[in-house]
Amino acid sequence: MSLSPTLAEKNRSFLSANSRILLWIPTLLFLLSFFFFPLFKILTLTLNLETLTDSNNLRITVHALLFTFYQATLSTLLTFALGLPAAILFSKYNFSGKSLLRALTAVPFMLPTVVVAAAFNSLLGTRGIIPTLSSFLFPQLPITNYQFHGTLLAILVAHTFYNTSIVIRIVGNAISRLDPKLEASARVLGADTFHVWKDIILPILRPSLLAAALLVFMFDFTSFGVILLLGGSQFATLEVEIYIRALQLPNLNLAALLSIIQLIFTLIFSILYSRTINQVQTQTAPRFSTARPPKTIREKIFVATLALLLSSFFFLPLISLPIRSLTRLEADRGQRAEVQYGFTTDYYKELFINRRGSLFYVPPVQAALNSLGFAGITVILSLALGYPAAYALAKPTRLEKILDPFLMLPLGASAVMMGLSFIISFGRLIASPFFIPIAHTLIALPFVIRTLQPALASIPERLRQAASTLGASPLRVWQTVDFPILSRATLSAATFAFTVSLGEFGATLLITRPEYPTIPIAISRFLSQPGGLNYGQAMAMATVLMLLTTLSILLIEKLRFNNAGEL
Amino acid sequence: MLELRNVVKSYEGKPLLNDISFTVSQGETICLLGASGSGKSTILRMIAGLDLPERGAILLNNLNLAQTPPHLRDFGLVFQDYGLFPHLNVFDNIAFGLRMRNASADEIKQHVSALLEQVNLSGFDSRQVTELSGGEQQRVALARALAPSPRLLMFDEPLGALDRSLKEDLLNEIRGILHHTNIPAIYVTHDQEEAFTIADRILVLHEGTIIRDGTPSEIWKDPQSAFVAKLLGIGNVIDGEVVGENKVKTAFGTFNLNCTKNIREKLQLLLTESPSLLGEGRRGEVRGEIQLTVEDVLFKQDQFQVKGRGGLVIHMKDAPKVGDVITVQVQVKCLS
Repeated sequence: MSLSPTLAEKNRSFLSANSRILLWIPTLLFLLSFFFFPLFKILTLTLNLETLTDSNNLRITVHALLFTFYQATLSTLLTFALGLPAAILFSKYNFSGKSLLRALTAVPFMLPTVVVAAAFNSLLGTRGIIPTLSSFLFPQLPITNYQFHGTLLAILVAHTFYNTSIVIRIVGNAISRLDPKLEASARVLGADTFHVWKDIILPILRPSLLAAALLVFMFDFTSFGVILLLGGSQFATLEVEIYIRALQLPNLNLAALLSIIQLIFTLIFSILYSRTINQVQTQTAPRFSTARPPKTIREKIFVATLALLLSSFFFLPLISLPIRSLTRLEADRGQRAEVQYGFTTDYYKELFINRRGSLFYVPPVQAALNSLGFAGITVILSLALGYPAAYALAKPTRLEKILDPFLMLPLGASAVMMGLSFIISFGRLIASPFFIPIAHTLIALPFVIRTLQPALASIPERLRQAASTLGASPLRVWQTVDFPILSRATLSAATFAFTVSLGEFGATLLITRPEYPTIPIAISRFLSQPGGLNYGQAMAMATVLMLLTTLSILLIEKLRFNNAGEL
Repeated sequence: MLELRNVVKSYEGKPLLNDISFTVSQGETICLLGASGSGKSTILRMIAGLDLPERGAILLNNLNLAQTPPHLRDFGLVFQDYGLFPHLNVFDNIAFGLRMRNASADEIKQHVSALLEQVNLSGFDSRQVTELSGGEQQRVALARALAPSPRLLMFDEPLGALDRSLKEDLLNEIRGILHHTNIPAIYVTHDQEEAFTIADRILVLHEGTIIRDGTPSEIWKDPQSAFVAKLLGIGNVIDGEVVGENKVKTAFGTFNLNCTKNIREKLQLLLTESPSLLGEGRRGEVRGEIQLTVEDVLFKQDQFQVKGRGGLVIHMKDAPKVGDVITVQVQVKCLS
């Protein structure tokens, strides 16, 4: 954005330096008390001789770190094994249903971890559709003894489910931006297929491949819900180990040490990622699409096979969850082949009943009400804190350029770490349910600011000036100029905060009290308990959460689309 | 010598090139001229081996190239938007073809710096190609195509993206290089000025066939068809109607012309200013005088472009006044 000096000066004078600092006060106070102070507490716990010299601590830390790298590497490899062919499919070929399939692959990215865990459980878990049906239909087959739930494979598959769309987006865009004339030039200049790939295509795609790999690796590295819910606590990644040392085998010093190590690695990955993604963006601008229908037999087989594979991989878990939540599918004890099955709404009805000896002191539906309440507070809080900061950031001065990175720092901290930092800093105080929306706000705030800021920055100062020269009071100016542009961005940001809060699992798991379960917590508790009824209720709740999240995503997408069309 | 023999190619099921045959001799520059979408670039792609003809053959020194993949053909190709490798600097872009031929490092270094000098880019070796201006990028593309000493050079609207003055400079440079290296070249363009400047021979492509093949002066004197005259901006194409034996009526008068058409048949004629009325024209050609009301006068360096009533454009040494009725000596020719 290039502003003439006079205009830039006017922009600056729009807010005086004093009022700018006022704008920052609420956000900074909030971050200081709930992020930087707890972070400081974690640091003091970590940086003491006792923590750092305990050989047991170090052994566990090294083990957790190595395992985290191991599983993240495997997950990234598997994600690329599916994502690269998919990226080629979407960028090189046109086929019917392409945009629908592409949208489908992007859905998991926004889904809460508990939903994804429950979805894979409903399809492939011990009580899932495929194992139960196959033990019913083919009792002799050894497949009946297979185990998906609780394996490393389950974790890898769920990570692939989550992150394939990153590869498709980053690498696919780069492939479709590749100028076909480069390959033509290289060939005419004497390059055979091998050299075209080695000397031209791969070097040009390298930054995108690297950026996608870093982002996928970072998400796999910090993954928590999927690992805990699909793998179990024996898969001790850094995140899982922090959770165990915070709640199950309390050793807060160790937990603090683990979370600092986690934070350091996340920050390293983020810096590497933003460097490589900058290289990606400085490459040639997007061109017209070079995608075409498949021509040869080989191309047709490639497109058909991959499209079928992708649609089953992304659609089956998502559809099996609601199906399983409405289906009784039980093998009686001891009689594995005898399966009772049929349609049922029991699992949903059960959510409204407060049974003695159930997992909660309240009917499970209370978890949904809690979640909605927390989400509502998160929306209000994150908008109230995000608006002033976004206003200041929309016309950045030196103050804003210094403060901006601090606003984004909470992105680098994992949810589990935030939960831990609350436990360490506020002790018994966190019995108050109010800490849950505070944690959710911390997570949502960077996104909210990043949604509001471009909309605020897009309001041309000339429009405001024009309105005021035409006799509008400052309030009228805001009403007629700012509000129409902002209402969309506000709704979008609010929906985002709402969705984040509704699906948040890691931080909530650490700080929640039994009497204030949220939907994700309830699902995880149902899943960890034996019995078909618990399992069914987990499915029912996960289905509800999936529907709520999907509706929110659709709303955000629609708002974004309209915005892009108007601005 | 390159030869295309009855080449046929279709695009998305529709015929694009029906029957293309022509030759390019050693040291000759031919210019393929045609509207956009006429298949000019496809001809180049087929010669380069990036596309295959559906029927017909492409031969180099009487050897059929059908089985030769593009990287073994030893041709050079220069695109309108350069096609430079964005991840390589100027030196490595130019050296690419030499590296593919396993040239030694010394050889590459010498060769590249000689080429950089030739295209007036000395000292640009380590610059990133993305930082260069359009004209500089096209010079790099030219040097890159020249580096492996190709047996044939092809240009696909190489100057289309450049502004006018740059265009002229670069066009003259290309002309000089082609003349100096004696490499046969095919130059594709839709710009008639470029075509007249660079071509030893012009081929006009229309509706899948080559409808005119000749030297620039041959074509300028006799475009033969209304399409070629309009495409190359030669004279004025006017409508006429045969009104009697050897009589053609137009908006600018009736001329004694035998266009081998029947009475009442409509036709198109080429009207150009003629230096004198002396001398009989050839068959289907006549000289005469017309009266023209001047509507606009444009200054064009060494002469004036006079626009007259009916959209007629002629050139004069001295500027008439707008509104004057002037007498112009013209030559009128039948067009097919």
